[in-house]
Amino acid sequence: MAPSTDSNVKDENSQVSYKKDINTKTGRILQNKKHSNDIFDVIEYLQSEKDKEIIFATNACKRVFCQLFYRGDLYVGDLPQEEELMSGDRSAEEKYRIFMRHRYNNCVELLLENMGHEAFQVKEASLCALMKFVEAEGKHPLQNLDLIEHYIFPRELLRTLVEHLLSTEEDMSLLISRFQEFLEMDDVRYYVMSSVRDNIYRVMGRNKKAVIPVYQNNVYTLLSNINVPSQGSKMKHFLVKQAYRPEEWKAGKLKEHKRAFEQMWLLFLKFKLPSSMYKKILVILHESIMPQMSDPTLLIDFLSAAYDIGGAISLLALNGLFILIHKHNLDYPDFYKKLYSLLDPSIFHVKYRARFFHLVNIFLSSTHLPAYLVAAFVKRFARLSLTAPPTALLILLPFICNLIRRHPSCRVLIHRPSAAEEPCDDPYVIEEEDPAQCHALESSLWEIKTLQKHYHPDVAKAAMKINEPLTEQEEEISEVLELSTFELMERDLKAERKTIPLEFDTATELLKSPREVLGVHFSLE
Amino acid sequence: MMRKQQTFSRGLSDKVRKSKAAPEIQKNPFEVKINRKKFDVLGRKSKHDVGLPGVSRSRAIQKRKDTLLKEFRLKDKNNTFIDRRFGEYDSKLTPEEKILQRFTLERQRTQDRKDMYNLNEEEELTHYGQSLAEMEKMTDVIDSDSDSEEKGLLSAELTATHFGGGGGLLRKKSAGDEEEEHKPRSRQELIEELIFKSKQEKRERQTQKEEAQELTEKLDQEWKSIQNLLAHKTPKAERTDETDKPKLDQYDMMVRELGFEMKAQPSEKLKSAEELAREERQRLQTLEADRLKRMMGDAEEDAVQTNTHVSADDMNDGFILDGDDRKTLAYKDGKWNIEGEEEEKEDEDGDEEGGEEEDEDDEDDAEGEDDEEEEGEDDEEDDADEDHCDLQSDEGSEDEDGQGAEEEQLCAEEPPAVSEEQKKAAQEAARAELPYTFPAPESYSDLKQLLQGHGSEQQRLILDRTLKCNHPSLSAGNKAKLQKLFGFLLEYVGDLATQNPPDLRTVSALIPQICGLCQMFPEAACKAVQTLLSDSGHSMEETLEVKGRAPMPDLDMLVLLKITALLFPSSDFRHPVTTPAFLFLSQALTRCAVVSLEDVCKGLVLCCLALEYVSLSQRIFPELLNFLLGLLHLTVSDKHNMGTAVCVCVCDLHREILDAIPEKPSQHAPLVFKKKKPIPLKLFTPKIVLDYGKKRGNTKEEKERERLKHKYKREFKGALREIRKDTRFLAREKLSDVMSRDAERKRKVKELYGSLATQEGEWKALKRKNRK
Repeated sequence: MAPSTDSNVKDENSQVSYKKDINTKTGRILQNKKHSNDIFDVIEYLQSEKDKEIIFATNACKRVFCQLFYRGDLYVGDLPQEEELMSGDRSAEEKYRIFMRHRYNNCVELLLENMGHEAFQVKEASLCALMKFVEAEGKHPLQNLDLIEHYIFPRELLRTLVEHLLSTEEDMSLLISRFQEFLEMDDVRYYVMSSVRDNIYRVMGRNKKAVIPVYQNNVYTLLSNINVPSQGSKMKHFLVKQAYRPEEWKAGKLKEHKRAFEQMWLLFLKFKLPSSMYKKILVILHESIMPQMSDPTLLIDFLSAAYDIGGAISLLALNGLFILIHKHNLDYPDFYKKLYSLLDPSIFHVKYRARFFHLVNIFLSSTHLPAYLVAAFVKRFARLSLTAPPTALLILLPFICNLIRRHPSCRVLIHRPSAAEEPCDDPYVIEEEDPAQCHALESSLWEIKTLQKHYHPDVAKAAMKINEPLTEQEEEISEVLELSTFELMERDLKAERKTIPLEFDTATELLKSPREVLGVHFSLE
Repeated sequence: MMRKQQTFSRGLSDKVRKSKAAPEIQKNPFEVKINRKKFDVLGRKSKHDVGLPGVSRSRAIQKRKDTLLKEFRLKDKNNTFIDRRFGEYDSKLTPEEKILQRFTLERQRTQDRKDMYNLNEEEELTHYGQSLAEMEKMTDVIDSDSDSEEKGLLSAELTATHFGGGGGLLRKKSAGDEEEEHKPRSRQELIEELIFKSKQEKRERQTQKEEAQELTEKLDQEWKSIQNLLAHKTPKAERTDETDKPKLDQYDMMVRELGFEMKAQPSEKLKSAEELAREERQRLQTLEADRLKRMMGDAEEDAVQTNTHVSADDMNDGFILDGDDRKTLAYKDGKWNIEGEEEEKEDEDGDEEGGEEEDEDDEDDAEGEDDEEEEGEDDEEDDADEDHCDLQSDEGSEDEDGQGAEEEQLCAEEPPAVSEEQKKAAQEAARAELPYTFPAPESYSDLKQLLQGHGSEQQRLILDRTLKCNHPSLSAGNKAKLQKLFGFLLEYVGDLATQNPPDLRTVSALIPQICGLCQMFPEAACKAVQTLLSDSGHSMEETLEVKGRAPMPDLDMLVLLKITALLFPSSDFRHPVTTPAFLFLSQALTRCAVVSLEDVCKGLVLCCLALEYVSLSQRIFPELLNFLLGLLHLTVSDKHNMGTAVCVCVCDLHREILDAIPEKPSQHAPLVFKKKKPIPLKLFTPKIVLDYGKKRGNTKEEKERERLKHKYKREFKGALREIRKDTRFLAREKLSDVMSRDAERKRKVKELYGSLATQEGEWKALKRKNRK
């Protein structure tokens, strides 16, 4: 018992002591230039084993160097080597500045390293400190520049920061979401975008265009956090204020932002991506990427490549393609043929079912589509419905009915009074990829007729509708798009019923009932 | 006002018409208007055949002059009502303050009014406007009658002394007078006597009542002794009558007793076994018919209409790639089943097998095979590897495997038959051991305590006795207890199934009790199963959302689904329990990941359950097919891993499936809308209605209604007419006012002009005079 308390006390002591130590040292550094060597000790704490000490030291460094920036105690211009410090004939003041500038560089290096630390708090503190330095450098530039020619921004520091943020080994998504706060500022965003672009180019080029999931994930997280404001007039929120002609600064122009955004994304999408990444990007593409690009049609390569991949990715690519076709006048040959070939039983089970049906509904809403095409779609959907779960069927059946309503020439699918009533083979060819060749118009929707015996009452009722001429009014399918099985279950669970019918011949054993199936194949034990 | 006026005026005109005062008017043909009748109805007296329009008009005008015109003249010249109550329109005062102020004002006023120096005068206190003093007097009288037993019945003396009225009382008083003549008594004495008398009376009544009580008790006892002999209860009213009667003779009682004695009542004839069987059959028939009706659900009419071979076709077209005739047969079988009385059981068995084959024929066969095979695996589930070795060792001996499975099955079925005697003996023993009454468990842990540690048969017995002891007819609270018990039982069954190893025998043994409880309380049972289903459905949905895949449901859920099938009809078109159960099955079959052999087995159990659910209603279950197809794919991919042994099995299976699938793909007739009833052409022949004229209401109320309606209409019209006349009259009056005013003005102007003219004339004359 005693030792542990002892150690506790010690811990506390050490805690107090390191705090005191750092505080006194920072105080002394700032007070008097004589004590400037103490900065070594403070910087040393940045490499400490303990997270708390690192954080505390980081904050202290932040304070010290910001103060120094403010005083102008950091050397400006090309920095001489430390070894040369003594040789040159420099005033003491100048020497001090050079010395401090070197310490500052050391500190920045250590902080960048700390961004790869295990503890999130350390990462966060380092990130904040670095951003503070970015701000300070912006105000008090370290390069000796001709102020009239250039706009001041610590590009180099930000570039290295982004490089560390987009680690190739570690998932930095938490830190990146913390970084989002700084991305609100327009100049930071602009320069981050350009640094990201350089970074991607460099890293992907180095890796010979192979897939680097961790890195790409980091990049994706960062990119998806970048939001270009919709109006240029709102670009007034800067980290570094420009004194000279702020209206001509690139970072203040929406057009430039959009261009940078576009180039960054296009570069990112140019390289090969893991399939999960494809899905993630495609999910947000139409909402948060395309509207912010200056020319969304440039995405066509990416989208058509994604569309050709097949499966869920194709389904998701549909959305982007739709926007391009609809808004940007894109001509996509054999679009419907492609769409037709996308229809397979998996569409009922993917996560994006609602979105897919919403889009297909839009694609097939035109009344100018040829009848054979619509019939092929209807027939395909009907055939697929034989394997669909009830929630999908509740979308599918009204959808099919709507299609037939829109295209009265497809009514023969459910009503062919001229034909003899003899059964004949179904002329529809399910294997045929081309909707024009699949003989859908000659067939009938016997599948729906089959579904009239579906076990779920709602489905059976919906299927029952083709028995009679369809009403004029289309059915709304948007409400059922998001319906889940449990919600469907709850409909019956919640419904009030007066009488509950019971099985009348009571069973005596678990596996003995009049219509036993389980008992035939299985036994107890 | 209008109405009054109207009736009044009509009355006036009537009077005019009838009065003999103006015969010259009545005779004047210019004054008289004869109302022409359309039809002459014999025997009807008409009042209004002759009218005197001139007279009635002048009367009406006179009347208006008297009333309306006066009102018009006085318009806007009315007095106004000024509210002088203190602070009535002062919004600054709160209601309390207002009331207080008013009260003080009132006090001051009353104070002021009376003589200031009259100290004796007290003001009268009131409550609800009644004098408190008065009220006090009244309550005194009422309070004296505090005896609750008398229920407000006052004795004659009491009323006489207090109120001193009534004929009889007067007489008595006079008697008292006589007594007073004998010996004058003081008022004190009189009162004492009165008190004494009333007390005595009270005592007498008490004793009488006690006697009556005793008698009723005695009667009750006797009644109880003969009660069990009686076939039916006497109506309650009779019994109370008896007790109420104060005097009961021995004789009366004897007579009553004899009356109550049980008469030989005609009992129902003992039914012979055949009759019983017939009744039972009838009951089952109606129930079965009911079930079929429910199965059709809303589609009932459709089914009736398309009962031709087409619909039967369709039913199986869905999946099954052949066997139209077989299907229709099966359907007939179902129908036949209801009519076929004798071999219901056998038939059903046949049906079941038939259904199984037909429903999803080839696939299903495959499934059957699969099942058996899987069961073989399932039995040695624990050591899957060994199982595979087994499979490898008996290469191609698929038949043997099947046989083995069957044998195991037989074994599984046999034990209950063999141990019948043992069971009996065990039951006896258990009966000897177990107490006969059990309290209904209040919580799940109670139930667990009650049942744990006993064999399955004993548990069943315990439950049975608990149910009997706590039958709802025995006590009011039992119903709720047993309803709760159902929920606990389901939980217990779930626990039994999740135990390791699962105790399914006990579950099976408890089934009759669960069924019994369910029959007793369908609502509670429905609620309990629903909550379980919804809970597990919800948890599955959640895991699906979080992880994207969910594990197969556990054994307890499988058992619950099975029990659901036993308790509730799965063939209903829509059922509050089985429809969600269907959805749960579907969810489990589509969304749950199959990662182990155990999962495969669970999935197959689910498939069997699904098949069982739809076996009567012959519905399609797409998820079932999907799942089985998926399983087949799994086995095919296994082939590469496992080598030839499984491959051979699969090949066998494959061959069998291929055999089962017919060569020709199924055929479908093109769809046609259901035939509608043709809409008849519009015809031009007149529509003949046999009932003439307007239909009068038949009942008294309807007639009354009609009459009132008619009356209202007439009155309304009359009122309108009157209002129009009023306005016309007023307009006329106004016009005449204006005219008269104008005339007056003109006259005055003329006068003025005249006077001026004369003045001018005079002046001119004077001037002329002067000039001259």
